Amino acid sequence: MKAIFAVVSALLLSVALMTSAVATPVDTYEFKSVDNQKRALDLAHSLRCPQCQNQNLIDSNSPVAQDLRLEVYQMVDAGKADAEIIEFMTSRYGEFVLYKPKMEAKTYVLWLGPIGLLLIGLMIGFVFVRKQRISNVVEQDISAEDQAELDKLLKRDGK
Amino acid sequence: MKKRLVLFIPLVLFLVMGVFLYKGLFLNPQQLDSALEGKPIPAFQLERLEDSNEIITNESLKGQVSLLNVWATWCPSCKYEHPYLMRLARQNILPIYGINYRDERALAVRELTREGDPYTKNIFDHDGRLGLDLGVYGAPESYLVDHNGIIRFRYAGPIDMRVWKETLYPMIQELQAEAKAVGAS
Repeated sequence: MKAIFAVVSALLLSVALMTSAVATPVDTYEFKSVDNQKRALDLAHSLRCPQCQNQNLIDSNSPVAQDLRLEVYQMVDAGKADAEIIEFMTSRYGEFVLYKPKMEAKTYVLWLGPIGLLLIGLMIGFVFVRKQRISNVVEQDISAEDQAELDKLLKRDGK
Repeated sequence: MKKRLVLFIPLVLFLVMGVFLYKGLFLNPQQLDSALEGKPIPAFQLERLEDSNEIITNESLKGQVSLLNVWATWCPSCKYEHPYLMRLARQNILPIYGINYRDERALAVRELTREGDPYTKNIFDHDGRLGLDLGVYGAPESYLVDHNGIIRFRYAGPIDMRVWKETLYPMIQELQAEAKAVGAS
């Protein structure tokens, strides 16, 4: 019991550390308002650095990410909408910079594929279980003679 | 018989996945398609590196098939690429415009005088604004621009003999033929 408690608390602690480590912008940019800051940071978190590829704009320290981050901050402070800023980025760096791809014809497979696979899996599972059940029923189908014998045995044991 | 065939489904799925993953081994994730291919060069108005009085704009690049090469003195791969650019410049196939990206003017000029200057002209993009509009994510990068000022191809990474012979030169010949057909030089 103690061991389980230790493991669970360690897990919780690491999750807590992970979330707190995410919010550490490096630059000293002064936002016009706290709301702007929150929106800009959220947005920059959702955009991928084109150079270092597995980091978002906040995490990365590459010059490109610094530029783009600053660009996002300034555009947010200038009152630009999220959609406008995302359009600005994708028109220059392509869809690649979006961690969350847009829903459009060429990304349908990406978005709907998992749901499709899940449905297929459920269908196969359903058919499989049903088949199994039917065959089980067939096996239990014993003759009246055997049933009588079985009842007799059960009765005897019941006494 | 039908049941037998069903048993082959996992094998078929495995083979299909295998083919995709095998192909994936040879994709270079660092080679991104430029979002600007097929679009005009973004509007800019910047000083020439060698002469701050001369202003180069996106209009200056029209009329001729050209190569834009993004470089900087802080970029080691640009130094690697430099000798090959020198060779290309001597062959005089097309104008090569340098975009000196996020660099210091004095350092850049010194490097060009010391190592040789393969560029027809150099655009001085000190704060990286043109680079950002072009979608530059690292130097060196090269852009093939047609006679209408439309970006036709972007190559990220140093140009070497292989890239030049297999990719860039055939495209340049095509674009130059296109330009000739409509009477531009």
